[in-house]
Amino acid sequence: MIPSAKMSLAPSPKPQSPLTLFVVFNAIALQGFGGVLPVIQREMVEKRAWFSQDAFLHDWALAQILPGPNVVNFALMMGDKHFGWRGACAALAGILLAPLCILTLILLLYQSLATQPHMASALRGLAIASAGLIAASALKMIAGLRGNSLGLRWALAFIGVAFVLVALLRLPMVAVVLGLAPLACALAYFRRTRAEQC
Amino acid sequence: MQAMFANWMAHAAQAEWAWALFVHFLSLSLLAVGGGITTAPDMHRFIVSSKGWLSEGEFSASIALAQAAPGPNILFVAALGWQIGTKIGTHMGLGLPGLLGTWGFGLLGMGVAMLGIMLPSSVLAIGLNRWLAQHEKAPLVLALKAGLAPLAIAMLLATAWLLLGTGIAVEHILQHWRTLVLALVCLGLVYRTKVHILWVLGLGCVAGLMGWV
Repeated sequence: MIPSAKMSLAPSPKPQSPLTLFVVFNAIALQGFGGVLPVIQREMVEKRAWFSQDAFLHDWALAQILPGPNVVNFALMMGDKHFGWRGACAALAGILLAPLCILTLILLLYQSLATQPHMASALRGLAIASAGLIAASALKMIAGLRGNSLGLRWALAFIGVAFVLVALLRLPMVAVVLGLAPLACALAYFRRTRAEQC
Repeated sequence: MQAMFANWMAHAAQAEWAWALFVHFLSLSLLAVGGGITTAPDMHRFIVSSKGWLSEGEFSASIALAQAAPGPNILFVAALGWQIGTKIGTHMGLGLPGLLGTWGFGLLGMGVAMLGIMLPSSVLAIGLNRWLAQHEKAPLVLALKAGLAPLAIAMLLATAWLLLGTGIAVEHILQHWRTLVLALVCLGLVYRTKVHILWVLGLGCVAGLMGWV
């Protein structure tokens, strides 16, 4: 296979230490209003190039599909991969510590905040913006499907079906994942082995 | 002083609520596919309907406040734990704020709630990730990654779709197109431009405050 022009011989950038992870996840958490994924993608994929779009997609997909908070799973997995349990703790602390402190402050002020009529409308606008941001992240990830064993058509088909089942028919995500994952993985496996035999 | 401490100890010993909260959230952890928020209906059933620890308003306020605060949305669990703890502490007549009083209970609630919801799933995530890393090149693992990728994308799109639907009352059908426009504008700004995400979120807040959406 001819290497593409984009492949370089230089090692890809990586975080230097658990402290780096702590600091970066901290910065990400503090910008993550209404959801952290878009910020992670901007920071780690686009700015720092710690991931390619498809590597990020694969790591994020696992964090998302597995039970538990997606971002927490992702932080733990990434931290553990680079620096073992120290990295996992550093990443987790980065993503949770400052927000927890801020949240506690907010909760202490809650009584006065709760009576603000503007709070609901501001939150509504924030939710809509977040929806746009999350959709943008998802669309960026589609670029990472290039080279997926399923082939673009099947991958998009699975996206479509899963979306309809969860968003429109309101089936629980657990059920849809448990139902479709074996099909998608089996198809990917089948296509891989068939491609290797050619 | 001694009496106050003894009083607190007596109440702390009655922290069965903390244990019950912890155990219930432990049981939900492995079901929380798609994030902690997917188990929120069952948390609601337990905390509001079954135990009566929080009111409807307090429960939904936890979710709203966690979304308003920076950081992962799982923080709504911390908010729930805090509110439960401080409320129970107040109810028990702990009286004083500060660590020896209601705040101490608040932190306890926050701690057990977060620990409960995160522990099993985190252990699974790290464990599975390590195993997968060792078998990285196995065809089965590659097929797994390939198959899960589109499903994860679909879940994100579904999350975005469901977020759009928050707070829409059917009577206000006319508002819907503005919602869609705002969402698409934000999408475009993040997808195509380098505009900082905080500006885009600010745009959303302003649009909401001005009653435009």
